[in-house]
Amino acid sequence: MMTKIVRAAAGILFPFVLIFGFYIVAHGHLTPGGGFQGGAVIATGIVLLIAAFGAGEIGRRIGPGALKGSEALGLLLFIGTAAAAFGFGGTFFSNWLANGGAVFGNIVAFGPNPGDLNTGGVIPLMNLAVGIEVLGALSVIVLLMLKGVGEEAE
Amino acid sequence: MRGIARALTVVILAGAFLYLAFALSFGAPAASEMDDYFIGHGQEQTGANNIVTAVVFDYRGFDTLGEATVLFTAVLGVGLLFRKFSTEEDE
Repeated sequence: MMTKIVRAAAGILFPFVLIFGFYIVAHGHLTPGGGFQGGAVIATGIVLLIAAFGAGEIGRRIGPGALKGSEALGLLLFIGTAAAAFGFGGTFFSNWLANGGAVFGNIVAFGPNPGDLNTGGVIPLMNLAVGIEVLGALSVIVLLMLKGVGEEAE
Repeated sequence: MRGIARALTVVILAGAFLYLAFALSFGAPAASEMDDYFIGHGQEQTGANNIVTAVVFDYRGFDTLGEATVLFTAVLGVGLLFRKFSTEEDE
């Protein structure tokens, strides 16, 4: 638990960190970045909250269970998206949505271009899954370690 | 005498490494068939403008699966290591 100034600043900054992280995840197939990087940015926001409010308070509010759950959910979504290709006559990890014309299926022009969010097939879905997993994993590691070393005693 | 021998060894080794480093021409790797294929076909095959993401999540999806599994296992290990501390309050 830090001073009131740090807590207020963390509260103001946290939404912007979240938005930036989700932007990196959502635009993973167009701009530099992707699921891992965006998830790490979001986890940084949660670590900012932990630094400002203390591991005990954040642990009670969010809970390691929810973060562990989001990690497992992300991994399951990732494997599920890859395995869903079986249902469309593809192999494991084949891109069954790309160039389909439907969700994330727009045809992309060759060469440098500004890009279209509705392209990439399963790549945006996998980015989202990996983002959910990484944000849960990194946050829960920090939370468990801080609880383990007894940061509360401060 | 031993000092001179040591210095000579260092100079010869450094020269060999530097020669190897500068003998390679920068920006012209020996084999670039794979890079050319990804750059030429990545956009039409995967629909992703970011070729790095196309490689990581599409062409080399199994590598990313292993990476995600490693992260999951790391969290399991941390949870196991700090389990004693985190359950102490409840008991």
